[in-house]
Amino acid sequence: MKNLDKSFGLVIAVILLVSLLMPLGNLLLPEGSAFKFSAYSISLVGKYWCFALLALSLDLVWGYAGILVLGHSAFFALGGYVMGMYLMRQIGDRGVYGDPLLPDFMVFLNWKELPWYWQGFQHFGFAGLMVLLVPGFLALLFGWLAFRSRVTGVYLSIITQALTYALMLAFFRNEMGFGGNNGLTDFKDILGFSIQSDAVRSLLLLTSGLLLIIALLLGQALAGSKMGKVITAIRDQESRVRFLGYRVEYFKLWIFVFSAMLAGLAGALYVPQVGIINPSEFSPINALEVVIWVAVGGRGTLYGAVIGAILVNYAKTLLTGLMPEIWLFSLGAIFVIVTMYLPRGLVGLFDHWIRRWTAQRQLLTPGAQEAGL
Amino acid sequence: MNCSSHIKFFCCGLWLCLSLGFSPLLRAEATRPELLELLRSGTMPDKEAAIEQLANLPDSLELLQALQEGRLMELKADGKLVIVNRPGEPALFSDALSKTVLDNLDKSQLSKINVNNRIRTLLKKAIALQQLNDADAGSRLLAVEALGKLMDQSSAARLAERLQTESDDAVAAAIRRLVLLDQMQNGNKEQRIQAIASLKTVNSQELVNQLQAMTETDGEHFKEADSDIRNLAAAALIEIKGRIQAYAAMETLFFGLSLGAVLVLSAIGLAITFGVMGVINMAHGELMMLGAYTVYVLQQWLPDYLGLATMLSIPVAFIVAGLAGIAIERGIIRHLYGRPLETLLATFGVSLFLQQTVRSIFSPLNRSVSSPDWMSGSWQINDFLSLTWNRFYILIFSLLVFGLLVQILKRTRLGLEVRAVSQNRAMARAMGIPSGQVDALTFGLGSGIAGIAGVALSQITNVGPNLGQSYIVDSFMVVVFGGVGNLYGTLLAGFSLGIANKFLEPYAGAVLAKILVLVFIILFIQKRPRGLFPQKGRAVEN
Repeated sequence: MKNLDKSFGLVIAVILLVSLLMPLGNLLLPEGSAFKFSAYSISLVGKYWCFALLALSLDLVWGYAGILVLGHSAFFALGGYVMGMYLMRQIGDRGVYGDPLLPDFMVFLNWKELPWYWQGFQHFGFAGLMVLLVPGFLALLFGWLAFRSRVTGVYLSIITQALTYALMLAFFRNEMGFGGNNGLTDFKDILGFSIQSDAVRSLLLLTSGLLLIIALLLGQALAGSKMGKVITAIRDQESRVRFLGYRVEYFKLWIFVFSAMLAGLAGALYVPQVGIINPSEFSPINALEVVIWVAVGGRGTLYGAVIGAILVNYAKTLLTGLMPEIWLFSLGAIFVIVTMYLPRGLVGLFDHWIRRWTAQRQLLTPGAQEAGL
Repeated sequence: MNCSSHIKFFCCGLWLCLSLGFSPLLRAEATRPELLELLRSGTMPDKEAAIEQLANLPDSLELLQALQEGRLMELKADGKLVIVNRPGEPALFSDALSKTVLDNLDKSQLSKINVNNRIRTLLKKAIALQQLNDADAGSRLLAVEALGKLMDQSSAARLAERLQTESDDAVAAAIRRLVLLDQMQNGNKEQRIQAIASLKTVNSQELVNQLQAMTETDGEHFKEADSDIRNLAAAALIEIKGRIQAYAAMETLFFGLSLGAVLVLSAIGLAITFGVMGVINMAHGELMMLGAYTVYVLQQWLPDYLGLATMLSIPVAFIVAGLAGIAIERGIIRHLYGRPLETLLATFGVSLFLQQTVRSIFSPLNRSVSSPDWMSGSWQINDFLSLTWNRFYILIFSLLVFGLLVQILKRTRLGLEVRAVSQNRAMARAMGIPSGQVDALTFGLGSGIAGIAGVALSQITNVGPNLGQSYIVDSFMVVVFGGVGNLYGTLLAGFSLGIANKFLEPYAGAVLAKILVLVFIILFIQKRPRGLFPQKGRAVEN
């Protein structure tokens, strides 16, 4: 446990340091310096932080509550779409068609007025609220229906996959009013500042990093709380917890909604950094990739999910750049190897090594045990 | 006898006629050489008249077809008409009049007889009229159908004449229908009333168009002046439209059943492995993909025997996918026993692996797989209902596979063991059933059926690396909806989802229909978390 605490602090420190130093290097250092990070790398790391936040949110439901959600990226994408709507409204009359109110794709579809569900998104505050409420509400509705009727295990996994698949099909439709196939893109401003500027990119990186740290600390506190213990107990012995008089479905619902909101937040931060959101974010394979990030890092540890997300995505960036063909082979191999040989992920592996190493040291130095006590 | 001197003689005669202001059109009963000469040198109206007459002369089919297909030529030297035979016939050229084979001719010596669009239409009719006397009932029927589109006074008379001697029932019925249609338009009032009454039961688009026209107004007046006839026509139209709707519903039902058949095929393999081992095989879609590619490979090896290759690929795909399945079970799933969620992830990894393998070997593009002749085209039942053969065969095929699978599970030793293990693994082991071996064989069986499903899919959809992915969510839905451990649940679920999809489509569009079905299943699972036919007893709690 002490190891875990140490690693936890280490991860937080690294995130904080990177989130602070990269923007500083980018903004303050002169051109040509080795630590003058490019705008591309700033956005790339910002993207990793968002993925890490998404992985962390999945770890809360999968690692702690034992609910394998195969559609968690749906909440991520929904948050992203909400942010995308805000950014679209900020374009104003600078679009290709120059319509002051309607986004380009609506003009293209010959729509005459803004649909009701696009109202209010020109306000950042409202959009920010919706980033949490939209995924949260979907999770509440879906979770309430699912947990109340005690849908568990693979059944739950499969219908969450169906959920994200259905959403993907829906968002592909032009009639939905979310840009169809192309999604939302060509953003210009966020809060009045150009989204392309280095300062905004740096600030977005810093915000993502800080939110990731806050989420880590919050998650840690939650896991240690009485409620977290009940949730872990549900994962291990659901019927027994129910017999003890706990309303299992409420606990599950709570953690599910909380996690969906975190995922939505991650999506909302992701969209301004990559500059586009489209329906492929809903695709079931994306959701499965999130699961593998958590599995690689080690589930049920929160910071493991963060490490997993960053490592797998870094590998993806490298491999898709060098040899695109290799990437799917490697991803497939990761799935198989991690599930078969690393049930506790990389974190579990390191923990195991550290334990063995300290045990050996204790054996080698006589009297160490007494000293240790 | 000297042909060319004859023709020269006629040429002179014609030249005389024309110069004296007598059009040869006036002659009611021209002889064949005269008509041919008109075709060669006459004006377009002359040619029309000649074709009208040739249509009534026996034995001019070959000539008319040649003219229509641009194979009727004129010998530049002496103006003799020559037919260029179709490729594959023994002689290349023959004389249009005497039909004797002509040798020592060259294409450069010939010039084509020109026709225009009006003449082409006339030719179509004339050819159909000629074919009305064909010995083969099938070509007679085609001729009647062609005439139906080009009806006029003279062809109606010819049809009525032919009806007296027609021996084939189907042809006679088709002719009678055309004669009635003609009477409906042009007969006296009594004939028209009778024609409408007897045509009411006929399914023909042409009839609908004509009746529709009879009930419409032409600005202020009705196109049909007689109000009695008009009312009868309107009543008949309503009756026929009711039938059209019924046929449309039947067609939708058929589409639904065929979609259901595909779903059942792709889901039963999944249902077996899920039911027996509690394992979700995410690579199931990719095993189907392997089956589809097996068809492609076999067709590449046997390019001259596409039908044989397709039939052969059924067992081959079963073996290929089955072996791949056994390998997955032995290599991975066996080690993850009792951890269904991990199995799900590991098999997903396998699916990515297989996808990329296929992409690397066969390229990411879709590969074209041909259908055997007997599977292409459609079964035209009447003007309003036609069923495509490939979907029809897939429906039959999926029922066969299903039946076979039920028999295997019911009657064979393996089936008995599979059922025992799925009901109570520990007890089955205690009774001496080698559960590991049963697992491997079950997984092989389920995977093999996925391969067979892939063969079926290759006939109706694109064969590409993403083939599996596009069906996997649907097949999961079928299994979840039908419930585990009961193959009839899968059958019922597959067909009802297929039919529901196709009936929703006209109202909601294809994508929204699919979304609605998915939402329905998500809601349905809340009510019955274990599907339509849940497993009962102790097995449930595992």
